[in-house]
Amino acid sequence: MEKKATLALRYAFPKTIPVMVGYVFLGMAYGILMRVNGFGILWTLAGSLLVYAGSLQYVGVTLLASAANPVYAFMMGLMINARHLFYGVSMLGKYRDIKKFKAYLIFALTDETFSVVCNEKVPRGLDEGWVYLWISALNQCYWVLGSVAGSLVGSMIRFNTKGLDFALTALFVVIFTDQWKNQNDHKPALAGVAASVACVIVFGADSFIVPAMVLILAILSVRYQRSVKRGVKDIG
Amino acid sequence: MDSAVIGNGISIVAALAAATVITRFLPFLLFPAGKKIPRYMEYLGKTLPYATIGLLVVYCLKDVRISGAAHGLPELIAVTAIVVLHWRKGNSLLSIGVGTVLYMVLVQRIFV
Repeated sequence: MEKKATLALRYAFPKTIPVMVGYVFLGMAYGILMRVNGFGILWTLAGSLLVYAGSLQYVGVTLLASAANPVYAFMMGLMINARHLFYGVSMLGKYRDIKKFKAYLIFALTDETFSVVCNEKVPRGLDEGWVYLWISALNQCYWVLGSVAGSLVGSMIRFNTKGLDFALTALFVVIFTDQWKNQNDHKPALAGVAASVACVIVFGADSFIVPAMVLILAILSVRYQRSVKRGVKDIG
Repeated sequence: MDSAVIGNGISIVAALAAATVITRFLPFLLFPAGKKIPRYMEYLGKTLPYATIGLLVVYCLKDVRISGAAHGLPELIAVTAIVVLHWRKGNSLLSIGVGTVLYMVLVQRIFV
């Protein structure tokens, strides 16, 4: 049992390094932002431990600072996090037979953790549950530690960190490239990019996600219907 | 901080946590391990990961403005470098590290 966990940790840790860079930095920015708005370490901890959704936590700072209506906050949360529905659907198969820690794995399925685990093919001999657990838990640790550090010592940082958050963009671009190389059917990837770009142009950067999700679902559904009509057995 | 602010703050954190848990758990609650996943959902499970990473890339770049001062060039250069490097070497950490440092140099030194 313990050996399984150690082996899985050794395998999982390197996969989380890019997330570490991004999370420590963005987590710190969150802690600083909370502190500047009058919300200290306990609030920051509560956000990073219980909400644990980067962009929503940033919006949460504004909601907290303006003493917004919690019902409004809830609706806002559902809309900003709607993309997580896609992660769940994508991970249904992979997480299906996992017994241990399943609830935590689902709870901790952030953008970045999803992007690492959805592409993951755990080698034989390693325990899948432990690998996914380490990836998920390490990532949350980075986020929590970063935000606590930001809350405590953020104002003391002096070197120019402008652009450091690009690490997460780079992570997604790398995963996109990997998926492209390992897949013959590029249409789902193209549909994702094209639908999103179109919706940014039409609906604006702040409210494109939900329309883009609807459009992506529509495109994929049309493809599904067509392939069913043609009687194709293995699709996707 | 007075108690009304604290109370409302706790409600907001709880509301955000609940919204997040709902969006993350819903698919797994609708299709629990014992239940057969419909073919359509299986198809989505296979194709959505690709579309979703595409969406995430756009999500990260959504605030880039071609009409802005840098015309989106730092992003274009860094993303191109990452794709080319990753296509050739296939080393994730190298691609992400080089891409991030390149981007930082671009926005701090070149396109200021």
